[in-house]
Amino acid sequence: MIPLNDEQEMVLNTVRDVVRDRIAPRAAEIDSKDEFPWDIVEVYAQNGLLAPLLPEQYGGIGAEYLLFAMIIEEISKASPSAALILIAQADGFLPIHSRGSDILKETYLPRLASGSLSAFAATEPGAGSDILSMKTRAVPNGDHYVLDGRKCFITNGSIADVITVFAYTNPARKAKGMSAFVVEKGSAGLAYGKNEDKMGMRGSVNSELIFEALAVPVQNRVGEEGEGFANMMETLDGSRLFAASQAVGLAQGAVDEAVGYARERVQFGGPIASLQAIQFMVADMVAYTEAARMLTYRAARLLDEGKKRQITRFCAMAKFVASDTAMKVTTDAVQVLGGYGYMKDFPVERMMRDAKLIQLYTGTNQIMRLVAGRDIFRGD
Amino acid sequence: MWELNSSQMLMLESVRRMSREVIAPAAARIDREGVFRTDMADMLFEVGLLQIFLPPAYGGLEQDRCLMFCLCIEEVARACASTALNLIIQTAGLFPLVEAGSREQQEKFFPRLSEGRELIGYMVTEPEAGSDVAALRSRARSVEGGYVLDGTKNFVSNGGVCSLASVLCRTDDGGLSFFVLEMETEGVVRGKAEDKLGFRGSNTQQVFLEEVFLPSHCLVGEEGKGFEIAMRDFDATRPGVAALALGIAEAAADAALRYAVERRTFNKRLVDHQAIRFMVADAWTSIEAGRGLIWRAARDNDRGRKNTKLASMAKCFCSDTAVRVASDAVQILGGYGYCKDYPVERHYRDAKLTQIFEGANQIQRIVIGREILKEEGRSGR
Ligand SMILES: Cc1cc2nc3c(=O)[nH]c(=O)nc-3n(C[C@H](O)[C@H](O)[C@H](O)COP(=O)(O)OP(=O)(O)OC[C@H]3O[C@@H](n4cnc5c(N)ncnc54)[C@H](O)[C@@H]3O)c2cc1C
Ligand SMILES: Cc1cc2nc3c(=O)[nH]c(=O)nc-3n(C[C@H](O)[C@H](O)[C@H](O)COP(=O)(O)OP(=O)(O)OC[C@H]3O[C@@H](n4cnc5c(N)ncnc54)[C@H](O)[C@@H]3O)c2cc1C
Repeated sequence: MIPLNDEQEMVLNTVRDVVRDRIAPRAAEIDSKDEFPWDIVEVYAQNGLLAPLLPEQYGGIGAEYLLFAMIIEEISKASPSAALILIAQADGFLPIHSRGSDILKETYLPRLASGSLSAFAATEPGAGSDILSMKTRAVPNGDHYVLDGRKCFITNGSIADVITVFAYTNPARKAKGMSAFVVEKGSAGLAYGKNEDKMGMRGSVNSELIFEALAVPVQNRVGEEGEGFANMMETLDGSRLFAASQAVGLAQGAVDEAVGYARERVQFGGPIASLQAIQFMVADMVAYTEAARMLTYRAARLLDEGKKRQITRFCAMAKFVASDTAMKVTTDAVQVLGGYGYMKDFPVERMMRDAKLIQLYTGTNQIMRLVAGRDIFRGD
Repeated sequence: MWELNSSQMLMLESVRRMSREVIAPAAARIDREGVFRTDMADMLFEVGLLQIFLPPAYGGLEQDRCLMFCLCIEEVARACASTALNLIIQTAGLFPLVEAGSREQQEKFFPRLSEGRELIGYMVTEPEAGSDVAALRSRARSVEGGYVLDGTKNFVSNGGVCSLASVLCRTDDGGLSFFVLEMETEGVVRGKAEDKLGFRGSNTQQVFLEEVFLPSHCLVGEEGKGFEIAMRDFDATRPGVAALALGIAEAAADAALRYAVERRTFNKRLVDHQAIRFMVADAWTSIEAGRGLIWRAARDNDRGRKNTKLASMAKCFCSDTAVRVASDAVQILGGYGYCKDYPVERHYRDAKLTQIFEGANQIQRIVIGREILKEEGRSGR
């Protein structure tokens, strides 16, 4: 459907093997125990999957966005929670990779490709969609900045070795007064609040981070002062693509379950697959999943081609289309399985719980429509 | 049509107070711990909610029993859906005895179901017979002095905690028949409790019937009349499932609105963003429409009019509403909605069941369509 070269095929084949052998068998357990799957991080590290987007010089494979999107999709068919580890990882290192100094890149990126985890810390209790209302401050003081504030919901937060934190260096300048910093685990002044107890994406760690007079060396500032917001927005374009891919994979996983079940389940003297109500529901599930996948690949292509003018709109559209699709498809999959779908013996109820997050995070679907809508009316 | 008398208002007011003051504060814990709460069931007995469909002499309501049943379910469901489900299961379970039980059966069991505070399950569904009730395989073979029951019943709500059950089996005539079953009878084996997406405080269990001997007097109504009784049972309880869904929708909508008037983004209250305001408008519209369907379905049932179509409409519409409203409520709370510190994620998980059980919504649409065609004098088969 989308032609891939041999190397890309090889990578995807590896991913499929890893998913089949190591991730799919663990998916239900990761959910029920709500334990971070360190074994899977290790599998990622061994197979070069922790940071495929990074160039080889930093230990990555220089993957295109499209390939990474497909990797996320494959993993999400079995476990969107396991995929979220890689998404948060990419969100954490992309700001460093795109605007960090050479020293910063050389210090951190190879570690992140080989086994360390990163996180992307923007959201605060009072600043989610309205991210510019964040309160975290970084005040310069000689050779370092003093960081004070509080972040929440941060994926990989309390387990990340390297955290990319967004803070105001000059709040009066709003978007132009925000900067990004790399904070290491174990820094004095970094404390962890609670990890969230969530409806779905269980196994993924979401933490409160508290910064109290935390000293960050000046050289850990990512790019110039005031570049933080632009860096965040660029990263979020990618992050929305990843969320879209996660949703497409999840929807596909649910489609596969529903189709398999409908073939086998007999009621009223025949498989329920022969009933129009089921056929139409499944036809919609498959059609919308394919459509979401195409839109997602389109967004990935635009990122790879650096089509700046269109990237933001398409990443936003892919994100809301794919996650709304995943929500509908997983809900219908539960319906197709009837009473069994409501039980934890089958994976579809987990898929339904997982799907809801993708409508919410990395920019809610309202914000995605707002971004796309504004862009559309701004004209081309 | 929309009036309640003063004693009915009084009853509802007390149910509302109990729900708000006692049940609601326990709801998150009931969900988290996922175990059946006997104290909650006892309280429902105490105030008469599990007896509504019994004759007045046994604590049942003199008039408007289906309507009051629905309104009470709605109030309890706003606080805790798992607890509210007891009203439906108990009513579904005792309904065959009320409708078709002999005098001896009624005199024996009604005291146990009222002062005795015994729970009664409703055992129809089987592994191979969900939507297709007529496909059920559990047998009740006639033997000297009674019947021998064999089969597997699935998804029995309160199956692990009830002492009685109405069980539907195939009798030798090839038809379906209801039996009243003491769960302690030899050969009744309870399977494991199911681990579910929602309604985690409700007990759902498989029950195996292994050569269970029942004396003849355990047959409820006539042989072969079970299917008909089950359908009349649905006419009474489906409006209740609609009310269960409505209560969940209202709880979610209330929580979302409370949040949306407090939380601010971009210098506005959430509710001042059109995207959010419209979600609120849609939620309230659907809730009101659903309430109208419930009242009509319940009123007709109370007046002895055939309400099958309205009961299915109410069940289907309110459960679809519950899922959408609860999903929107999670959305309105943003990241917080996804976490267990707030109740909306529970409402969302609970809501989904209402589209599935007591006849999946596909089955409701089949019923609605058939009834419409019948009313038009056309074949609905
Ligand atoms: C599991 C999880 C993982 C996460 N991971 C990370 C992470 O790694 N790093 C990070 O920084 N953040 C992370 N987040 C935070 C996430 O991105 C935010 O939750 C999200 O941006 C929404 O912010 P909020 O929760 O504050 O909701 P709010 O911003 O308060 O929004 C509430 C509701 O109002 C709507 N709304 C807000 N403004 C408008 C408007 N102008 N018009 C219309 N509707 C509007 C929203 O769509 C939403 O429905 C995560 C969240 C979760 C739940
Ligand atoms: C928590 C819970 C509690 C329950 N409590 C009880 C209880 O106390 N007592 C009891 O007897 N049962 C109980 N049930 C069973 C419940 O009523 C059944 O699950 C329900 O009737 C659906 O049956 P099924 O699960 O076998 O699904 P199936 O009948 O296998 O249906 C699977 C899918 O196919 C669709 N479908 C089936 N037939 C058709 C058709 N002809 N046309 C179009 N679509 C169709 C269904 O709508 C559904 O989407 C409970 C179930 C649950 C989950």
